[in-house]
Amino acid sequence: MSIFFITLMLGGAALLSWPLGQAMTWAMSPPRQQEGFRFRIEKVLQRLGGKIIIAEQNWKQYVLALLLFNSVMFAVVFAVLALQPLLPLNPDARGAIEPSLIFHTVASFTANTNLQHYAGELTMSYFSQLFGLMWLQFVSAATGIAALTALARGLSGSSGLGNFYNDLLRATLLILLPLATTGAAILVLGGVVMTLDGAALATTIEGANQTIARGPVAAFVAIKQLGTNGGGFFGANSTHPFENPTFLTNVVECMFIMLVPMACVWMFGRLTGRLRHAAVIFLVMGALLAVKVGFANYLESAPSAAFTGLPVAAAANLEGKELRFGTAAGPTWGVLTTATSNGSVNCMHDSLNPLTGLIALTGMWFNVSFGGVGVGMINMFLYIIVGVFISGMMVGRTPEYLGRKVETREMKFALLAILVHPLLILGGTALFAATPWGAATVQDQGFHGFSEILYEFSSAAANNGSGFEGLGDNTAAWNVATAIVMLLGRFLPIILPLAIAGSLAAKKPAPATAGTLRTDTPLFGLVILGSVVFIGALLFLPVAVLGPIAEHLASGG
Amino acid sequence: MQRQPEKLSGPGNDHVQAKLERRRARRASLFEPQMLRVACWQAVLMLQPRVMARNPVMFITEIGAALTTLVLVTEMFANRETLAYTLAVTMILWLTVLFANFAEALAESRGKAQADTLKRTRRSTHARRVVNGGEEKISSDELREGDVVLVAAGEVIPSDGEVVEGAASVDESAITGESAPVVREAGGDRSGVTGGTRVLSDQLRIRITAGAGESFLDRMIALVEGAERQKTPNELALTVTLAGLTLAFLMVTGALWPIGRYFGVNLPIPTLIALLICLIPTTIGALLAAIGLAGMDRALSANVLAKSGKAVELAGDIDTLLLDKTGTITMGDRQATAYFPLPGVTGEQLAEAAMRASFGDQTPEGKSIVRLGEKTLGPEAPSETPQARIIAFTAQTRLSGLDLPDGNSYRKGAADAVQAYVKEHGSPIPPALQGLVESVARQGSTPIVVAENQNLLGVVALSDVLKPGIRDRFDRLRAMGLRVIMVTGDNPLTAAAIAEQAGVDDYIAEARPEDKLEYIRREQRAGRLIAMMGDGTNDAPALAQADIGIAMNSGTQAAKEAGNMVDLDSDPTKLIEVIEIGKQLLMTRGALTTFSIANDVAKYFAIVPAMFMLAIPQLAALNIMGLATPGSAIISALIFNAIIIPLLIPIAIKGVRYRPMGADSILRRNLLIYGLGGLLAPFAGIKLIDLALSLMGIF
Repeated sequence: MSIFFITLMLGGAALLSWPLGQAMTWAMSPPRQQEGFRFRIEKVLQRLGGKIIIAEQNWKQYVLALLLFNSVMFAVVFAVLALQPLLPLNPDARGAIEPSLIFHTVASFTANTNLQHYAGELTMSYFSQLFGLMWLQFVSAATGIAALTALARGLSGSSGLGNFYNDLLRATLLILLPLATTGAAILVLGGVVMTLDGAALATTIEGANQTIARGPVAAFVAIKQLGTNGGGFFGANSTHPFENPTFLTNVVECMFIMLVPMACVWMFGRLTGRLRHAAVIFLVMGALLAVKVGFANYLESAPSAAFTGLPVAAAANLEGKELRFGTAAGPTWGVLTTATSNGSVNCMHDSLNPLTGLIALTGMWFNVSFGGVGVGMINMFLYIIVGVFISGMMVGRTPEYLGRKVETREMKFALLAILVHPLLILGGTALFAATPWGAATVQDQGFHGFSEILYEFSSAAANNGSGFEGLGDNTAAWNVATAIVMLLGRFLPIILPLAIAGSLAAKKPAPATAGTLRTDTPLFGLVILGSVVFIGALLFLPVAVLGPIAEHLASGG
Repeated sequence: MQRQPEKLSGPGNDHVQAKLERRRARRASLFEPQMLRVACWQAVLMLQPRVMARNPVMFITEIGAALTTLVLVTEMFANRETLAYTLAVTMILWLTVLFANFAEALAESRGKAQADTLKRTRRSTHARRVVNGGEEKISSDELREGDVVLVAAGEVIPSDGEVVEGAASVDESAITGESAPVVREAGGDRSGVTGGTRVLSDQLRIRITAGAGESFLDRMIALVEGAERQKTPNELALTVTLAGLTLAFLMVTGALWPIGRYFGVNLPIPTLIALLICLIPTTIGALLAAIGLAGMDRALSANVLAKSGKAVELAGDIDTLLLDKTGTITMGDRQATAYFPLPGVTGEQLAEAAMRASFGDQTPEGKSIVRLGEKTLGPEAPSETPQARIIAFTAQTRLSGLDLPDGNSYRKGAADAVQAYVKEHGSPIPPALQGLVESVARQGSTPIVVAENQNLLGVVALSDVLKPGIRDRFDRLRAMGLRVIMVTGDNPLTAAAIAEQAGVDDYIAEARPEDKLEYIRREQRAGRLIAMMGDGTNDAPALAQADIGIAMNSGTQAAKEAGNMVDLDSDPTKLIEVIEIGKQLLMTRGALTTFSIANDVAKYFAIVPAMFMLAIPQLAALNIMGLATPGSAIISALIFNAIIIPLLIPIAIKGVRYRPMGADSILRRNLLIYGLGGLLAPFAGIKLIDLALSLMGIF
């Protein structure tokens, strides 16, 4: 049964991603003619954006605009959260928020990470949720799509990468808004709460008084899932029955996680005019994802090690699962959410069997099995550059990608961008493991505690946002450290690839011959798969051994 | 003075074979004792940090070795029980650095040995410099660019230069290994002379084009000796990549120390350094310089002087070859092969007339018409008449023939020339002629029209014979993704036919030098990289424009200056060899990089469990190789990491096996050998070393 639904979800999302990719290409490309529907829409966008969205930008201007916009958004939302008690739409009278938590939260949502060191229903007013956080959920996802579009334009040889503001408008208004509206409607039909009323007061059968938090949940959840944001309206995220009430909404939300990242690959293929190349990338990402989902379900079908030798019936690991979704829903969602940099959860990751936890970690370390909206494909581009460089030499030519030579400058940027990731994860983990900042906040000592620290930094650096939990993470040290990690982990791997695109675009493309490394073959798929797995394995093997693997071995697994 | 046939115009297979043998003989074997001694000493000298800093991977290794040495010293005073272990790690680390230096030094000394054979020609000689009409005797070392010297028969040409006056046969065997003398003369495309070669006859007046130490040879010697070596673009990119990987593994191992503290493990510094050195790509880092040097060395032993390492590397990227038809694709001498008589004329009539018309023609073409006539007519063949008046071939008339004393006259020549001759004498042009001429041309042959007493008889076909095996060779080039363009002076019809027979992708017919240049520019605009070979002054612009321009050593100074390589053999097929050298160079780098990185997996499995085995005994499950003790596991991995360097020196210097295949087949093959092989080999290697260590009772 579970295999059937998993296949249905993955296959369904893959199928839907194809037309969505087409639609996204249509939305992100300038109108082809000076008439027609798309042209009229463009006119509307131009009226909205004004002069600023017209000028063609080179890669430096594009990056600058991107950073400028995101900085402004950071400042605005910071102000919204800081002024929360003074602002409207606060029926439950949520008070002021601690400054390091504001810094952390704004960084987290700006970076499309949505790592939450708070519980939404206890900390945020509806105004903060909707106009602070949900707003960022839209524009941070749109930033990712815009960056990928710019990358694709550079790779197809245009020295102007487009206009960031224009791309941002297109991605927000033409892609994310319609998509999220549809998504929210589906969720409301499925029973997800949507109201601006304050918390409901109820009297239980025993006569106790209960305050039940609610709010504009469906709107929030739709973009949370679709924009690989992952930040829940409630602290419990998609385990909460108001965010994810039924088996059916669980299936829908799972598909939402993958939909846009998958479509981004097709959009990349269409924008660069290399659809077969995109298909190879899609298959590699899909294979990685399928293998991870398979393993996670297999590993999670064994009971927790704590049950060994106890006189209980053997069952799957049920700890921390929402049983209304079935036993397979937890590990499946856990893989999808970590592989796509989404970070919403529908089970307790801390309670996963150690090796299942490793699979979740692997998803964030690779960060390319579809990855975040836009940025997943950008990450894959970095691995492709490295793979192309090494295997390109092996065919006896100066390595080239899409006809353009990959040389010192490109390699320098690509490696820097790739190294940011392990630097933030390993550096952060090492620092916090060796100091009370981290060591004193873990719930469990030993391997599991180490995994908790490792997971938190992996989640922050990968802009994932899921929590392993079991960590007392709302401290100034955690807030500041992970906020910095999230921002660096977000923007450096966007800036550097755009720099590569700018540099490649300036080169004259060579026509493909029989002597050129083809990028649309299964062999090339193998090359990029190898480059992802090798780089990932070599960088993270030691910490994987010390955390989940040691825990698994030590618990007699 | 009659021009001698260009020495390579018709090389048979045995000729090529002989040349390859000679080249092989000149090549030193890989591990010659003399070279090994020099390289060993050099390896130690290169330990100085200033030299090491050029290579980030090995520099880190040296720093690691220095750090463990410091630990060793402190442990000696503290009298710790880990002393033996630290000593072993320290020694192996230093050995790793020395192996890397040795690889580079060996490649360098091979380059030097190559250079020395060429340098022998460079001994200083006397030169007779022309000053103010008179001449003065100076040493060749004092020559400056622009000096004019006189060299008479028996004297050695003091430096590279250009003949400004006279013609002479020159023995260039010192440079090319070719014993037949060649002609060098002023004005034409054979005006370049090389220092160290000997004039055999006559006297030449030579303008020196390269002062002492500045000739091509000097430059090339500097390149192979490594003194002036600059990193090529791809080498630089790879160095950056390797530095990036090194940085990554520095982070990985650097993070392990504080993480160890979390688990209450105090990781010893030598162990961390051992892990670091095993993980960073020392194999390719150690061999990178040697690979580059060996590439230059291979070019030099193919008798090609490259002006930079960049040019050799770029050769691998070439996707279009411009080849001259004559001498490269065809044997170069056209032979009479068939008769095409006009209606009403018999083949015998035509054969006889053609023969008579060619009696006075001493060119190979003329002789071949006589030979064909003798074969066709047998005893009926006419014989030469001494009293006949011979009309010699000139470039203006473009026909030749003879008038017999009995009043009969015979003419043969280019179609339009003979027709004009006939018309001049008022005879009609048979309408069938045009068709004959065109059909012969279409077959790739040159039509020679024959007339007897102003009456046209028919056409003799002169065909250029393709070089044996040329078609296969082009097929292989095409498999590698190369386009071959034939350049010929023939008319388009003939060119098309030969192009078809030879299997080239395109041709430039009736080519003038500017056509070549235009073609190159057009291809380059489409993003292609072009290689061509040339010798004449009018080739110079095209040579300069082409991405790889190889000038023949026999060519003019202008051509040599314009190109980025000079072929000492003046062999037009050398282009193909140069491309293979470039491709092999890049493939070797890629293959060894892959191998180096793939090795890391096994090393992890050896070292990571060993590092934490004491604190986390359960990690023993990861010791899948069953290595004896943590100490021996680490030492074994480190030893493997070190000895793989000298073991791979032969591959680095000879280059990975090169086969003309498509990119995908090459990649599949190399991934299998160097990727999969690199993944598996260290498992076996480390296990074996561990067995040996435990058998010997060490660790």
